[in-house]
Amino acid sequence: MKISLIINGQLRFVEVEPGEYLLDTLRKINILSVRRGCDNTSCGVCTVLIEGKPVPSCSYLSVRADGKSVTTVEGISDEAEKISAYFGDEGAEQCGFCNPSLALTVYALKKELIHPTDEQVDQYLVSNLCRCTGYISQKKAIKNYLGDQS
Amino acid sequence: MKTVNKSFPSVDGKGIMMGRVAFTDDYALQNSLIVKILRSPHPYAKIKNIDASKALALAGVECVLTHKDFPRIPFTRAGQGYPEPSPHDKFILDEFVRYIGDEVAVVAATSNDICEEALSLIDVEYEVMDPVLNFEEAIDSSHILHPEPEIHEMFPIGFEPLRNIAASYHMHIGDVELSLKESDVVIQQSFYTQAQQHTALEPHTVNAQMDYQDRLVLYSSTQTPFHVRRILSQTLGIPLSKIRVIKPRVGGGFGGKQALHGEMFVSYITYKTKKPSKIVFTRKEVFESSYTRHPMRLDIKLGADKDGTLKAIDCYVLSDTGAYGEHALTVFMVAGSKVLPLYNKVDSVRFHGHVVYTNHTPAGAFRGYGAIQGNYALESAVDMLCRKLHMDPIEFRQKNMMKENETSPIFAIMGEGTEGTAMNMESCKLDYCVKRGKELINWDSIYPHKNVSREKIRSVGMAIAMQGSGIPYIDMGSAIIKLNDDGFYNLLIGATDIGQGSDTILAQIAAEELMTSLDKVIVYSSDTDLTPFDTGAYASSTTFISGNAVLKAAKKMKGLLIEEASKVLKCNVTETDFDGFTFKNTVNDEIINLRDLSNRLTYNEDQKQLVADSSYVGHKSPPPFMAGFIEILIDRETGEIEIENYVSVVDCGTPLNPKLAQGQVEGGIVQGLGMALYENVIISSKGKNITSDFLNYKVPTRMEIKKLVTEFAESYESSGPFGAKSVGEIGIDTPPAALANAIENALGVRMTELPMTPEKIIRALKAKEKRQ
Repeated sequence: MKISLIINGQLRFVEVEPGEYLLDTLRKINILSVRRGCDNTSCGVCTVLIEGKPVPSCSYLSVRADGKSVTTVEGISDEAEKISAYFGDEGAEQCGFCNPSLALTVYALKKELIHPTDEQVDQYLVSNLCRCTGYISQKKAIKNYLGDQS
Repeated sequence: MKTVNKSFPSVDGKGIMMGRVAFTDDYALQNSLIVKILRSPHPYAKIKNIDASKALALAGVECVLTHKDFPRIPFTRAGQGYPEPSPHDKFILDEFVRYIGDEVAVVAATSNDICEEALSLIDVEYEVMDPVLNFEEAIDSSHILHPEPEIHEMFPIGFEPLRNIAASYHMHIGDVELSLKESDVVIQQSFYTQAQQHTALEPHTVNAQMDYQDRLVLYSSTQTPFHVRRILSQTLGIPLSKIRVIKPRVGGGFGGKQALHGEMFVSYITYKTKKPSKIVFTRKEVFESSYTRHPMRLDIKLGADKDGTLKAIDCYVLSDTGAYGEHALTVFMVAGSKVLPLYNKVDSVRFHGHVVYTNHTPAGAFRGYGAIQGNYALESAVDMLCRKLHMDPIEFRQKNMMKENETSPIFAIMGEGTEGTAMNMESCKLDYCVKRGKELINWDSIYPHKNVSREKIRSVGMAIAMQGSGIPYIDMGSAIIKLNDDGFYNLLIGATDIGQGSDTILAQIAAEELMTSLDKVIVYSSDTDLTPFDTGAYASSTTFISGNAVLKAAKKMKGLLIEEASKVLKCNVTETDFDGFTFKNTVNDEIINLRDLSNRLTYNEDQKQLVADSSYVGHKSPPPFMAGFIEILIDRETGEIEIENYVSVVDCGTPLNPKLAQGQVEGGIVQGLGMALYENVIISSKGKNITSDFLNYKVPTRMEIKKLVTEFAESYESSGPFGAKSVGEIGIDTPPAALANAIENALGVRMTELPMTPEKIIRALKAKEKRQ
């Protein structure tokens, strides 16, 4: 069946199977920043924003996204570049497999929570696993980005 | 130093965060055949018959492969230097399956769904056999995992497959029995360490295509592209010259991607069908069918005099390698060779044991590589000994541990499955690390513990550790530096960046030596057609081994540049000054800049391509050292532990990029804390892994990690590039012992089995109450 998605602000019509997940649909149309790390919404690597809210695309049926706006990191390049500079300052990049999805979630967090506490930030990002950094460098980078009002 | 010992952001961090094409599956062709593996539901069985006719009849199925399709060549997937210290005990596909998740058959089809359906249509008739599921009962069990006659060791490793022994080893210095007898105080304890899974967020991923020269091009999420190329050729009979392995960005490895997993299948399918193919492991497959850390039992005895002089260490280790003997001997040996030299003043040491086959998921390389298991046992035992001696555990360590300019006879005796290499500790700031860590954790005001409330106790614990820097006389790294017009360089290296930042630090080394800025060094790594050889990212080798190769190549390039410039400036090379950008004739002050020189060499006069190459093989493996200190809050009623702080003070020589080095240490600490507290691959009594997803296998999240303090000791290792030693693994070693010691300091119970869950802590407390 054909669905319509507003991907990063652009209306696209995509042919999908009834049981197809959004992660597979997006990779099929060459949006490759969205990646698979597990199959049951527990690692965060496949996160996209649906109507601005973070959602694990590995378990989100593509048909559910019909007519909705889908944002991937390609759609927030300026902010992602800004976030990456803060990550670079803290040496928090490492393998980067989770970084596009983490950047998206951090971006959504900044829009959603005003002056969040450290605990709220951790809670918001808890399902974005990282096996490389030990988290502390990421936390510093994220805090610095959240404090950046530019 | 202008470029090294400085925290530059990694050269690829921005592009990767912005979602650019980077990882293996991003490079798969859209029309790739999907490859999936039918896996064994039995821990041990013989395949009596496979009927794939129904699967083959399904539209879209390209092929179904079984053990009958592959030549019967025993090999090891371990991905180590050749000949490997791992036994050749595996066939690409075999008529026996040896663990739940072992490969039975392989399907290639045009879509994921068709693949899945085809897998369900394959009829397999198994003769189910009795498995060996308790590694302590494996030796001389009547159930033999590897009776097949073709398998063999490459050199003596104590391989006795008919006894279920993959490897065995014995070494001793002095008379341990006598030293223990003569000691005033002796302690004896067995420690158990569990299977841990790497859980790199990128699952094992490979894709293949035939290029227009009819060669096999493989993109692989691997730590060892050159080993992959060799092993594919050895097992599939494809000429080495017909294979190109490209390692794009890898999404974490930690040892799990040192070995080959899907490479054989996609290579065979693409080479045979000439169609592109790909495999992406599911998370369940990563858990069930890649690797774990080797579970071990370590029986340890220590003897000391009343004055706190450690006299003897005796250690027997039983290690579980699972169904195949990958890294069996070497992981086991590192449990001794990178742990025991910490206490180098003893009269006698014995280290011996066996590595056994069981019907578990194979164990393999994992950051720490035996050292974390050995460290947990030894550093726990040292605190137990101190308790019996009524001695402060830090004082005891300061008295007995390795110091700068000292050595240990163990270095010469124990190597990578063979003899080792003698070396002195030219850099060892362990003394400073302990002293500084003690200050940073506020030891004196907490040790052994402080009561915070009726239930909660605050306590501290510590441990020291060492690792290595590559494998001397075996690991080789190499580098090529090419000058371009406009005066910038390409740095081509075989070294394998898997997220640790080696592309960045190797470019920093080249930039430092060439006195240029980091943006003038364009780095490209790990492509078997385009980059020179490197053994790969393992054994904490890249900074030291590959780094030395880069430094040598950069020195050579500098010589070539000065030689060319001196021709233009009409003077001797000794009269030519170079500051990285401008050459000067020191006699007449005439100058030419690098940009003009490079353009001249490219387009105008004396035309030539300047290329410098070099390789490096270590003559020693200078160990990084560290002291790790933990502060915890423990609830005596529930056994729950909150990690308040972890302090690491590390001697890795010069940290070439301090922030990236800190990332290596802290990533290791948190993986070590995961092993100490939460992570556990649980196998049911029927041999099934019941923790095969992130919901059941708990890795630390950002909620548990509140504070890490990481510092580097001022240290300089003269054999390393700009004074550097490696730093990839050392961080993982101390958390289990430091935590166990903190628990004993809080509650007076000794945790001898990992992970140290609240349930086990409560059990230990109840047992203690019963004894009293």
